[in-house]
Amino acid sequence: MKTGLTIRALALVAAMMLAPLSAPLFAQQSPSGKNPTADSVNEEALFKQSPKIAGRITIPDGKAAVLEQPQGREWRGFHEGWMPWIGAFAILGMIILLGAFYFTKGRVMLEQNEHSGRKILRFNTFERFTHWMTATCFIILALTGLNYIFGKRLLMPLIGPDAFSAITQWSKYAHNFLAWPFIIGLCFMMAVWLADNIPNRVDWVWLKAGGGFFGDRHPSAGRFNAGQKIVFWVVIVGGLLMSMSGILLLFPFAALDINGMQTIQGIHAVIGVLFIAAMLAHIYIGSLGMEGAYDAMGSGEVDLAWASAHHDLWVEEQQAKTASGPQVPSRPLPAE
Amino acid sequence: MARMKFLCDSDRCIECNACVTACKNEHEVPWGINRRRVVTIADGTPGERSISMACMHCTDAPCAAVCPTNCFYTTADAVVLHSKDLCIGCGYCFYACPFGAPQYPRVGNFGSRGKMDKCTYCSGGPEADLSEAEYVKYGANRLAEGKLPLCAEMCSTKALLAGDSDIIAQIYKERVIKRGYGSGAWGWKTAYRETVAI
Repeated sequence: MKTGLTIRALALVAAMMLAPLSAPLFAQQSPSGKNPTADSVNEEALFKQSPKIAGRITIPDGKAAVLEQPQGREWRGFHEGWMPWIGAFAILGMIILLGAFYFTKGRVMLEQNEHSGRKILRFNTFERFTHWMTATCFIILALTGLNYIFGKRLLMPLIGPDAFSAITQWSKYAHNFLAWPFIIGLCFMMAVWLADNIPNRVDWVWLKAGGGFFGDRHPSAGRFNAGQKIVFWVVIVGGLLMSMSGILLLFPFAALDINGMQTIQGIHAVIGVLFIAAMLAHIYIGSLGMEGAYDAMGSGEVDLAWASAHHDLWVEEQQAKTASGPQVPSRPLPAE
Repeated sequence: MARMKFLCDSDRCIECNACVTACKNEHEVPWGINRRRVVTIADGTPGERSISMACMHCTDAPCAAVCPTNCFYTTADAVVLHSKDLCIGCGYCFYACPFGAPQYPRVGNFGSRGKMDKCTYCSGGPEADLSEAEYVKYGANRLAEGKLPLCAEMCSTKALLAGDSDIIAQIYKERVIKRGYGSGAWGWKTAYRETVAI
Protein backbone atom coordinates (compact mmCIF):
# COMPACT_ATOMS: atom_id res chain seq x y z
CA MET A 1 0.00 0.00 0.00
CA LYS A 2 2.63 2.43 1.11
CA THR A 3 4.86 1.72 -1.90
CA GLY A 4 1.93 2.19 -4.27
CA LEU A 5 1.18 5.57 -2.75
CA THR A 6 4.83 6.67 -3.05
CA ILE A 7 4.97 5.66 -6.69
CA ARG A 8 1.80 7.53 -7.43
CA ALA A 9 3.11 10.61 -5.61
CA LEU A 10 6.34 10.48 -7.58
CA ALA A 11 4.43 10.11 -10.83
CA LEU A 12 2.34 13.18 -9.93
CA VAL A 13 5.43 15.28 -9.18
CA ALA A 14 6.99 14.18 -12.48
CA ALA A 15 3.82 15.00 -14.33
CA MET A 16 3.69 18.45 -12.73
CA MET A 17 7.29 19.13 -13.73
CA LEU A 18 6.69 17.99 -17.28
CA ALA A 19 3.33 19.67 -17.66
CA PRO A 20 4.59 23.18 -18.40
CA LEU A 21 6.74 21.77 -21.20
CA SER A 22 4.07 19.64 -22.84
CA ALA A 23 0.88 21.61 -22.30
CA PRO A 24 1.14 25.23 -21.11
CA LEU A 25 -2.51 25.32 -20.13
CA PHE A 26 -2.32 27.92 -17.43
CA ALA A 27 0.27 30.25 -18.85
CA GLN A 28 -0.88 33.83 -19.00
CA GLN A 29 0.33 34.36 -22.53
CA SER A 30 0.73 31.02 -24.18
CA PRO A 31 3.65 30.62 -26.57
CA SER A 32 1.19 29.59 -29.24
CA GLY A 33 -0.21 33.12 -29.02
CA LYS A 34 -3.67 31.69 -28.41
CA ASN A 35 -6.11 33.82 -26.42
CA PRO A 36 -7.34 31.63 -23.53
CA THR A 37 -10.59 33.58 -23.50
CA ALA A 38 -11.23 33.17 -27.22
CA ASP A 39 -14.30 31.01 -26.52
CA SER A 40 -15.78 33.30 -23.92
CA VAL A 41 -18.88 35.33 -24.58
CA ASN A 42 -18.54 39.04 -25.15
CA GLU A 43 -20.98 41.89 -25.32
CA GLU A 44 -20.60 42.76 -28.98
CA ALA A 45 -21.09 39.19 -30.19
CA LEU A 46 -24.08 38.67 -27.87
CA PHE A 47 -25.78 41.81 -29.20
CA LYS A 48 -25.33 40.45 -32.73
CA GLN A 49 -27.16 37.28 -31.72
CA SER A 50 -29.98 38.91 -29.80
CA PRO A 51 -31.19 42.46 -29.07
CA LYS A 52 -30.82 41.92 -25.33
CA ILE A 53 -28.40 40.00 -23.12
CA ALA A 54 -29.78 37.59 -20.55
CA GLY A 55 -28.21 34.90 -18.41
CA ARG A 56 -28.78 32.98 -15.22
CA ILE A 57 -29.35 34.58 -11.86
CA THR A 58 -29.25 33.13 -8.33
CA ILE A 59 -32.02 35.35 -6.89
CA PRO A 60 -35.74 34.50 -7.23
CA ASP A 61 -36.52 37.64 -9.27
CA GLY A 62 -36.55 36.16 -12.79
CA LYS A 63 -36.58 39.48 -14.64
CA ALA A 64 -33.23 40.35 -13.03
CA ALA A 65 -31.66 37.73 -15.31
CA VAL A 66 -31.77 40.26 -18.15
CA LEU A 67 -28.34 41.86 -17.98
CA GLU A 68 -28.85 44.52 -20.63
CA GLN A 69 -31.80 45.68 -22.71
CA PRO A 70 -30.87 48.75 -24.75
CA GLN A 71 -34.53 48.82 -25.88
CA GLY A 72 -35.10 50.81 -22.70
CA ARG A 73 -33.54 53.77 -24.47
CA GLU A 74 -35.85 53.26 -27.46
CA TRP A 75 -38.88 53.16 -25.18
CA ARG A 76 -37.65 56.32 -23.54
CA GLY A 77 -37.27 57.92 -26.98
CA PHE A 78 -40.88 57.06 -27.78
CA HIS A 79 -42.27 57.99 -24.39
CA GLU A 80 -40.54 61.34 -24.10
CA GLY A 81 -40.11 62.16 -27.79
CA TRP A 82 -43.14 61.00 -29.73
CA MET A 83 -45.82 60.48 -27.09
CA PRO A 84 -46.28 64.09 -25.91
CA TRP A 85 -46.60 65.20 -29.54
CA ILE A 86 -49.06 62.43 -30.44
CA GLY A 87 -51.12 63.32 -27.36
CA ALA A 88 -51.04 67.06 -27.98
CA PHE A 89 -51.81 66.66 -31.68
CA ALA A 90 -54.78 64.33 -31.11
CA ILE A 91 -56.38 66.27 -28.28
CA LEU A 92 -55.65 69.86 -29.33
CA GLY A 93 -56.46 68.89 -32.93
CA MET A 94 -59.90 67.67 -31.86
CA ILE A 95 -60.53 70.77 -29.73
CA ILE A 96 -59.60 73.04 -32.64
CA LEU A 97 -61.81 71.00 -34.98
CA LEU A 98 -64.79 71.20 -32.61
CA GLY A 99 -64.16 74.90 -32.02
CA ALA A 100 -64.08 75.54 -35.75
CA PHE A 101 -67.32 73.60 -36.15
CA TYR A 102 -68.99 75.52 -33.34
CA PHE A 103 -67.97 78.92 -34.63
CA THR A 104 -68.87 78.24 -38.26
CA LYS A 105 -71.98 76.02 -38.02
CA GLY A 106 -72.99 76.89 -34.47
CA ARG A 107 -75.21 74.69 -32.34
CA VAL A 108 -77.65 72.31 -33.94
CA MET A 109 -80.83 73.97 -32.68
CA LEU A 110 -84.23 72.49 -32.02
CA GLU A 111 -86.60 73.26 -34.84
CA GLN A 112 -90.14 74.61 -34.49
CA ASN A 113 -91.72 71.29 -35.35
CA GLU A 114 -89.58 69.42 -32.81
CA HIS A 115 -91.49 70.59 -29.79
CA SER A 116 -94.73 68.88 -28.90
CA GLY A 117 -94.68 68.95 -25.11
CA ARG A 118 -95.13 65.18 -25.04
CA LYS A 119 -92.23 63.17 -23.75
CA ILE A 120 -90.91 59.74 -24.62
CA LEU A 121 -88.52 57.71 -22.43
CA ARG A 122 -85.27 57.29 -24.32
CA PHE A 123 -82.90 55.87 -21.68
CA ASN A 124 -84.13 54.10 -18.56
CA THR A 125 -82.52 54.48 -15.14
CA PHE A 126 -80.16 51.54 -15.55
CA GLU A 127 -78.98 52.78 -18.95
CA ARG A 128 -78.32 56.23 -17.54
CA PHE A 129 -76.54 54.76 -14.51
CA THR A 130 -74.35 52.68 -16.82
CA HIS A 131 -73.56 55.67 -18.98
CA TRP A 132 -72.64 57.98 -16.12
CA MET A 133 -70.66 55.40 -14.18
CA THR A 134 -68.55 54.66 -17.25
CA ALA A 135 -68.33 58.35 -18.17
CA THR A 136 -67.21 59.43 -14.69
CA CYS A 137 -64.57 56.72 -14.62
CA PHE A 138 -63.49 57.64 -18.14
CA ILE A 139 -63.00 61.32 -17.32
CA ILE A 140 -60.92 60.53 -14.23
CA LEU A 141 -58.94 57.85 -16.10
CA ALA A 142 -58.34 60.31 -18.95
CA LEU A 143 -57.14 63.14 -16.71
CA THR A 144 -54.93 60.93 -14.56
CA GLY A 145 -53.61 59.21 -17.69
CA LEU A 146 -52.73 62.53 -19.32
CA ASN A 147 -51.05 63.50 -16.05
CA TYR A 148 -48.44 60.77 -16.68
CA ILE A 149 -47.46 62.49 -19.94
CA PHE A 150 -48.18 66.17 -19.42
CA GLY A 151 -48.23 66.61 -15.63
CA LYS A 152 -44.54 67.25 -15.20
CA ARG A 153 -44.57 69.59 -18.19
CA LEU A 154 -47.67 71.65 -17.39
CA LEU A 155 -48.80 71.16 -13.79
CA MET A 156 -45.54 70.68 -11.88
CA PRO A 157 -44.07 74.09 -12.78
CA LEU A 158 -47.24 75.67 -11.36
CA ILE A 159 -47.62 73.85 -8.03
CA GLY A 160 -44.09 72.63 -7.27
CA PRO A 161 -42.66 69.10 -7.09
CA ASP A 162 -44.01 68.10 -3.65
CA ALA A 163 -47.66 68.97 -4.27
CA PHE A 164 -47.43 67.54 -7.77
CA SER A 165 -45.96 64.28 -6.49
CA ALA A 166 -48.75 63.94 -3.90
CA ILE A 167 -51.44 64.55 -6.54
CA THR A 168 -49.79 62.15 -8.96
CA GLN A 169 -49.59 59.45 -6.30
CA TRP A 170 -53.38 59.68 -5.75
CA SER A 171 -53.87 59.94 -9.51
CA LYS A 172 -52.06 56.66 -9.91
CA TYR A 173 -54.32 54.91 -7.43
CA ALA A 174 -57.41 56.46 -9.01
CA HIS A 175 -56.21 55.32 -12.44
CA ASN A 176 -55.50 51.78 -11.24
CA PHE A 177 -58.70 51.22 -9.27
CA LEU A 178 -61.30 53.16 -11.32
CA ALA A 179 -60.25 50.97 -14.24
CA TRP A 180 -62.49 48.24 -12.78
CA PRO A 181 -65.82 50.10 -12.63
CA PHE A 182 -64.96 51.36 -16.13
CA ILE A 183 -64.59 47.78 -17.37
CA ILE A 184 -67.85 46.78 -15.64
CA GLY A 185 -69.52 49.77 -17.29
CA LEU A 186 -68.28 48.61 -20.69
CA CYS A 187 -69.82 45.18 -20.07
CA PHE A 188 -73.16 46.76 -19.05
CA MET A 189 -73.10 48.96 -22.17
CA MET A 190 -72.63 45.94 -24.35
CA ALA A 191 -75.52 44.21 -22.56
CA VAL A 192 -78.01 47.06 -22.94
CA TRP A 193 -77.02 48.67 -26.25
CA LEU A 194 -75.29 46.11 -28.43
CA ALA A 195 -78.49 44.87 -30.10
CA ASP A 196 -79.50 48.41 -31.09
CA ASN A 197 -76.06 49.18 -32.51
CA ILE A 198 -75.71 46.50 -35.17
CA PRO A 199 -74.99 48.38 -38.41
CA ASN A 200 -77.69 48.07 -41.10
CA ARG A 201 -78.76 49.60 -44.43
CA VAL A 202 -80.45 52.57 -42.73
CA ASP A 203 -77.06 53.65 -41.40
CA TRP A 204 -75.60 53.74 -44.88
CA VAL A 205 -78.37 56.02 -46.10
CA TRP A 206 -77.94 58.17 -42.98
CA LEU A 207 -74.20 58.51 -43.58
CA LYS A 208 -74.68 59.33 -47.27
CA ALA A 209 -77.11 62.06 -46.26
CA GLY A 210 -74.41 63.49 -43.98
CA GLY A 211 -76.48 62.75 -40.88
CA GLY A 212 -78.77 65.68 -41.54
CA PHE A 213 -76.08 68.20 -40.65
CA PHE A 214 -76.08 69.73 -44.09
CA GLY A 215 -79.71 69.48 -45.16
CA ASP A 216 -83.12 70.52 -43.95
CA ARG A 217 -84.58 67.15 -43.18
CA HIS A 218 -83.24 64.39 -40.98
CA PRO A 219 -82.51 61.05 -42.59
CA SER A 220 -84.26 58.02 -41.11
CA ALA A 221 -82.71 56.38 -38.08
CA GLY A 222 -83.56 53.62 -35.64
CA ARG A 223 -82.89 53.87 -31.93
CA PHE A 224 -79.33 54.93 -32.71
CA ASN A 225 -78.23 56.67 -35.88
CA ALA A 226 -74.99 55.79 -37.65
CA GLY A 227 -73.06 58.50 -35.82
CA GLN A 228 -74.16 57.18 -32.46
CA LYS A 229 -73.34 53.65 -33.54
CA ILE A 230 -69.83 54.81 -34.44
CA VAL A 231 -69.47 56.32 -30.95
CA PHE A 232 -70.75 53.07 -29.44
CA TRP A 233 -68.24 50.94 -31.33
CA VAL A 234 -65.38 53.38 -30.64
CA VAL A 235 -66.18 53.08 -26.93
CA ILE A 236 -66.49 49.30 -27.03
CA VAL A 237 -63.42 48.57 -29.18
CA GLY A 238 -61.31 51.36 -27.65
CA GLY A 239 -62.48 50.48 -24.15
CA LEU A 240 -61.70 46.80 -24.55
CA LEU A 241 -58.24 47.54 -25.98
CA MET A 242 -57.57 49.94 -23.10
CA SER A 243 -58.86 47.37 -20.60
CA MET A 244 -56.76 44.53 -21.94
CA SER A 245 -53.57 46.56 -22.22
CA GLY A 246 -54.32 48.16 -18.85
CA ILE A 247 -54.74 44.82 -17.10
CA LEU A 248 -51.37 43.72 -18.48
CA LEU A 249 -49.88 46.90 -17.00
CA LEU A 250 -51.66 46.39 -13.67
CA PHE A 251 -50.02 42.99 -13.28
CA PRO A 252 -46.50 43.81 -14.46
CA PHE A 253 -44.42 40.95 -15.82
CA ALA A 254 -47.22 38.45 -15.09
CA ALA A 255 -47.68 37.70 -18.79
CA LEU A 256 -45.03 39.80 -20.54
CA ASP A 257 -41.30 40.32 -20.42
CA ILE A 258 -39.59 43.70 -20.33
CA ASN A 259 -39.98 44.39 -24.07
CA GLY A 260 -43.60 43.28 -23.87
CA MET A 261 -44.24 45.73 -21.02
CA GLN A 262 -42.67 48.56 -23.03
CA THR A 263 -44.76 47.77 -26.11
CA ILE A 264 -48.03 47.44 -24.20
CA GLN A 265 -47.39 50.73 -22.39
CA GLY A 266 -46.92 52.46 -25.75
CA ILE A 267 -50.11 50.89 -27.14
CA HIS A 268 -52.07 51.86 -24.01
CA ALA A 269 -50.86 55.47 -24.25
CA VAL A 270 -51.49 55.93 -27.99
CA ILE A 271 -54.96 54.34 -27.97
CA GLY A 272 -55.66 56.33 -24.80
CA VAL A 273 -55.09 59.75 -26.35
CA LEU A 274 -57.04 58.80 -29.51
CA PHE A 275 -59.88 57.55 -27.30
CA ILE A 276 -59.87 60.84 -25.39
CA ALA A 277 -59.97 62.81 -28.65
CA ALA A 278 -62.93 60.73 -29.89
CA MET A 279 -64.79 61.20 -26.61
CA LEU A 280 -64.28 64.97 -26.76
CA ALA A 281 -66.36 64.92 -29.94
CA HIS A 282 -69.02 62.81 -28.19
CA ILE A 283 -69.10 65.17 -25.21
CA TYR A 284 -69.41 68.17 -27.53
CA ILE A 285 -72.31 66.84 -29.57
CA GLY A 286 -74.07 65.55 -26.46
CA SER A 287 -73.97 68.88 -24.66
CA LEU A 288 -72.95 72.12 -26.35
CA GLY A 289 -73.20 70.92 -29.94
CA MET A 290 -76.88 70.00 -30.11
CA GLU A 291 -79.76 71.61 -28.31
CA GLY A 292 -81.83 69.10 -26.36
CA ALA A 293 -79.39 66.22 -26.83
CA TYR A 294 -78.36 66.24 -23.20
CA ASP A 295 -81.90 65.50 -21.97
CA ALA A 296 -81.75 61.95 -23.32
CA MET A 297 -78.98 61.07 -20.91
CA GLY A 298 -79.92 63.65 -18.27
CA SER A 299 -83.58 63.09 -17.44
CA GLY A 300 -83.81 60.15 -19.82
CA GLU A 301 -86.84 61.68 -21.56
CA VAL A 302 -86.92 63.51 -24.87
CA ASP A 303 -89.65 65.37 -26.72
CA LEU A 304 -91.73 63.05 -28.86
CA ALA A 305 -91.60 65.41 -31.83
CA TRP A 306 -87.80 65.63 -31.60
CA ALA A 307 -87.59 61.84 -31.38
CA SER A 308 -89.87 61.49 -34.42
CA ALA A 309 -87.65 63.82 -36.42
CA HIS A 310 -84.34 62.29 -35.40
CA HIS A 311 -85.17 58.63 -34.66
CA ASP A 312 -88.33 58.06 -36.68
CA LEU A 313 -87.97 54.30 -37.02
CA TRP A 314 -87.42 53.88 -33.29
CA VAL A 315 -90.51 55.96 -32.39
CA GLU A 316 -92.61 53.92 -34.82
CA GLU A 317 -91.33 50.74 -33.24
CA GLN A 318 -92.08 51.97 -29.72
CA GLN A 319 -95.56 53.15 -30.63
CA ALA A 320 -96.30 49.86 -32.37
CA LYS A 321 -95.30 48.03 -29.20
CA THR A 322 -97.68 49.99 -26.99
CA ALA A 323 -100.49 49.97 -29.53
CA SER A 324 -100.49 46.29 -30.34
CA GLY A 325 -102.05 44.34 -27.57
CA PRO A 326 -101.77 43.73 -23.91
CA GLN A 327 -98.06 42.95 -23.59
CA VAL A 328 -96.07 45.08 -21.20
CA PRO A 329 -93.98 47.52 -23.26
CA SER A 330 -90.29 47.47 -22.56
CA ARG A 331 -90.00 51.22 -22.91
CA PRO A 332 -93.44 52.64 -22.20
CA LEU A 333 -94.52 56.12 -23.08
CA PRO A 334 -94.70 58.03 -19.84
CA ALA A 335 -98.02 59.43 -18.74
CA GLU A 336 -98.62 62.95 -19.88
CA MET B 1 -15.17 66.88 -10.66
CA ALA B 2 -14.92 63.19 -11.09
CA ARG B 3 -17.13 61.22 -13.46
CA MET B 4 -17.99 58.17 -11.36
CA LYS B 5 -18.54 54.85 -13.11
CA PHE B 6 -18.51 51.11 -12.49
CA LEU B 7 -16.48 48.72 -14.63
CA CYS B 8 -16.83 44.95 -14.30
CA ASP B 9 -13.87 43.00 -15.67
CA SER B 10 -15.74 39.81 -16.55
CA ASP B 11 -12.47 37.92 -17.10
CA ARG B 12 -11.91 38.26 -13.37
CA CYS B 13 -15.42 37.90 -11.95
CA ILE B 14 -15.81 34.53 -10.22
CA GLU B 15 -19.53 34.91 -9.40
CA CYS B 16 -18.91 34.85 -5.66
CA ASN B 17 -21.78 37.32 -5.13
CA ALA B 18 -19.87 39.05 -2.33
CA CYS B 19 -20.60 42.42 -3.95
CA VAL B 20 -24.31 41.65 -3.70
CA THR B 21 -24.03 40.66 -0.05
CA ALA B 22 -21.80 43.60 0.86
CA CYS B 23 -24.28 46.01 -0.71
CA LYS B 24 -27.25 44.48 1.09
CA ASN B 25 -25.40 44.62 4.39
CA GLU B 26 -23.96 48.09 4.02
CA HIS B 27 -27.28 49.70 3.16
CA GLU B 28 -29.65 47.44 5.15
CA VAL B 29 -31.51 46.92 1.88
CA PRO B 30 -35.04 45.56 2.41
CA TRP B 31 -35.75 41.90 1.74
CA GLY B 32 -36.33 41.20 -1.94
CA ILE B 33 -34.38 44.19 -3.23
CA ASN B 34 -31.08 43.65 -5.01
CA ARG B 35 -29.34 46.87 -5.80
CA ARG B 36 -26.55 44.79 -7.32
CA ARG B 37 -26.73 41.34 -8.87
CA VAL B 38 -24.44 38.93 -10.69
CA VAL B 39 -25.67 37.56 -14.02
CA THR B 40 -23.95 34.52 -15.52
CA ILE B 41 -24.07 34.21 -19.28
CA ALA B 42 -23.60 30.92 -21.15
CA ASP B 43 -23.66 29.21 -17.77
CA GLY B 44 -21.96 25.80 -17.71
CA THR B 45 -20.23 26.21 -21.07
CA PRO B 46 -16.50 26.91 -21.65
CA GLY B 47 -17.40 30.47 -22.69
CA GLU B 48 -19.25 31.24 -19.45
CA ARG B 49 -18.83 34.74 -18.06
CA SER B 50 -20.30 36.43 -14.99
CA ILE B 51 -20.95 40.14 -14.78
CA SER B 52 -21.80 42.08 -11.65
CA MET B 53 -24.44 44.66 -12.55
CA ALA B 54 -26.10 47.55 -10.75
CA CYS B 55 -27.17 51.05 -11.75
CA MET B 56 -24.56 52.28 -14.24
CA HIS B 57 -25.29 55.96 -13.50
CA CYS B 58 -25.86 56.61 -17.21
CA THR B 59 -25.06 59.74 -19.10
CA ASP B 60 -28.44 61.29 -20.02
CA ALA B 61 -30.14 58.63 -17.87
CA PRO B 62 -33.31 57.13 -19.40
CA CYS B 63 -34.90 56.60 -15.95
CA ALA B 64 -34.69 60.32 -15.22
CA ALA B 65 -36.16 61.20 -18.62
CA VAL B 66 -39.26 59.00 -18.31
CA CYS B 67 -40.03 59.72 -14.63
CA PRO B 68 -43.49 61.38 -14.49
CA THR B 69 -42.58 63.28 -11.31
CA ASN B 70 -38.98 64.17 -12.28
CA CYS B 71 -37.70 62.59 -9.05
CA PHE B 72 -34.18 61.91 -10.41
CA TYR B 73 -31.18 64.18 -10.27
CA THR B 74 -27.50 63.87 -11.13
CA THR B 75 -24.83 64.83 -8.61
CA ALA B 76 -21.63 66.75 -9.34
CA ASP B 77 -19.87 63.36 -9.45
CA ALA B 78 -22.28 62.26 -12.23
CA VAL B 79 -24.06 59.85 -9.89
CA VAL B 80 -27.76 59.40 -10.71
CA LEU B 81 -29.86 59.63 -7.53
CA HIS B 82 -33.57 59.96 -6.83
CA SER B 83 -35.96 61.25 -4.20
CA LYS B 84 -38.17 58.65 -2.56
CA ASP B 85 -40.42 61.48 -1.39
CA LEU B 86 -41.32 62.35 -4.98
CA CYS B 87 -41.34 58.78 -6.36
CA ILE B 88 -44.86 57.41 -6.91
CA GLY B 89 -43.82 53.85 -7.79
CA CYS B 90 -45.19 53.88 -11.35
CA GLY B 91 -42.52 51.49 -12.64
CA TYR B 92 -41.55 53.55 -15.72
CA CYS B 93 -37.89 53.72 -14.70
CA PHE B 94 -37.67 49.93 -14.76
CA TYR B 95 -39.05 49.87 -18.32
CA ALA B 96 -36.54 52.49 -19.41
CA CYS B 97 -33.44 51.23 -17.57
CA PRO B 98 -31.21 49.17 -19.90
CA PHE B 99 -29.67 47.43 -16.85
CA GLY B 100 -32.71 46.50 -14.74
CA ALA B 101 -31.42 48.65 -11.89
CA PRO B 102 -34.62 50.09 -10.35
CA GLN B 103 -36.10 47.82 -7.67
CA TYR B 104 -39.42 47.94 -5.85
CA PRO B 105 -40.20 46.59 -2.39
CA ARG B 106 -43.35 44.80 -3.58
CA VAL B 107 -44.45 42.84 -6.66
CA GLY B 108 -46.43 45.77 -7.99
CA ASN B 109 -49.92 44.51 -8.90
CA PHE B 110 -52.36 47.47 -8.94
CA GLY B 111 -49.39 49.83 -8.84
CA SER B 112 -48.53 48.84 -5.28
CA ARG B 113 -44.80 48.67 -5.92
CA GLY B 114 -43.85 51.13 -3.22
CA LYS B 115 -41.00 53.62 -3.52
CA MET B 116 -38.31 52.71 -6.02
CA ASP B 117 -34.91 51.73 -4.63
CA LYS B 118 -31.68 51.46 -6.57
CA CYS B 119 -27.92 51.67 -6.30
CA THR B 120 -26.89 55.08 -5.01
CA TYR B 121 -23.20 54.57 -5.77
CA CYS B 122 -22.97 54.56 -1.97
CA SER B 123 -23.84 58.24 -1.93
CA GLY B 124 -27.23 58.48 -0.24
CA GLY B 125 -30.01 60.74 -1.43
CA PRO B 126 -31.34 64.29 -1.26
CA GLU B 127 -31.38 64.37 2.57
CA ALA B 128 -28.45 65.90 4.49
CA ASP B 129 -25.24 63.86 4.10
CA LEU B 130 -24.82 61.13 6.75
CA SER B 131 -28.16 61.95 8.40
CA GLU B 132 -30.39 59.29 9.94
CA ALA B 133 -33.18 60.09 7.44
CA GLU B 134 -30.77 59.59 4.56
CA TYR B 135 -29.59 56.25 5.94
CA VAL B 136 -33.13 54.93 6.45
CA LYS B 137 -34.24 55.79 2.92
CA TYR B 138 -31.12 55.31 0.84
CA GLY B 139 -28.49 53.57 2.95
CA ALA B 140 -24.93 54.55 3.75
CA ASN B 141 -23.22 57.56 2.20
CA ARG B 142 -19.65 56.37 1.74
CA LEU B 143 -18.82 59.00 -0.83
CA ALA B 144 -19.47 61.70 1.79
CA GLU B 145 -16.91 59.88 3.97
CA GLY B 146 -14.37 59.93 1.14
CA LYS B 147 -14.80 56.24 0.35
CA LEU B 148 -15.76 54.44 -2.82
CA PRO B 149 -18.71 52.01 -3.19
CA LEU B 150 -18.29 48.97 -0.96
CA CYS B 151 -19.11 46.38 -3.65
CA ALA B 152 -16.01 47.38 -5.63
CA GLU B 153 -13.85 48.07 -2.58
CA MET B 154 -14.23 44.54 -1.22
CA CYS B 155 -14.26 42.63 -4.54
CA SER B 156 -11.91 39.70 -3.89
CA THR B 157 -10.57 39.48 -7.46
CA LYS B 158 -10.81 43.22 -8.10
CA ALA B 159 -13.08 42.41 -11.02
CA LEU B 160 -15.43 45.21 -10.07
CA LEU B 161 -13.87 48.65 -10.30
CA ALA B 162 -15.46 51.87 -9.10
CA GLY B 163 -14.12 55.38 -9.31
CA ASP B 164 -13.44 58.16 -11.74
CA SER B 165 -13.98 57.05 -15.31
CA ASP B 166 -10.50 57.95 -16.54
CA ILE B 167 -8.76 56.19 -13.64
CA ILE B 168 -10.69 52.90 -13.76
CA ALA B 169 -10.44 52.84 -17.57
CA GLN B 170 -6.67 53.25 -17.23
CA ILE B 171 -6.44 50.40 -14.70
CA TYR B 172 -8.47 48.17 -16.99
CA LYS B 173 -6.40 49.07 -20.04
CA GLU B 174 -3.16 48.20 -18.24
CA ARG B 175 -4.61 44.85 -17.21
CA VAL B 176 -5.72 44.00 -20.72
CA ILE B 177 -2.36 44.94 -22.19
CA LYS B 178 -0.49 42.88 -19.58
CA ARG B 179 -2.56 39.72 -19.82
CA GLY B 180 -3.25 40.04 -23.52
CA TYR B 181 -7.03 39.83 -23.55
CA GLY B 182 -10.18 41.43 -22.21
CA SER B 183 -13.85 41.21 -23.03
CA GLY B 184 -14.36 44.93 -22.63
CA ALA B 185 -16.27 47.24 -20.33
CA TRP B 186 -19.74 45.65 -20.21
CA GLY B 187 -22.58 48.10 -20.57
CA TRP B 188 -20.45 51.17 -21.21
CA LYS B 189 -21.65 51.65 -24.77
CA THR B 190 -25.27 51.50 -23.66
CA ALA B 191 -24.76 53.65 -20.58
CA TYR B 192 -22.23 56.21 -21.75
CA ARG B 193 -22.19 55.88 -25.55
CA GLU B 194 -18.47 55.18 -25.32
CA THR B 195 -16.26 52.26 -24.43
CA VAL B 196 -12.72 51.72 -23.17
CA ALA B 197 -10.42 51.94 -26.16
CA ILE B 198 -7.38 49.67 -25.91
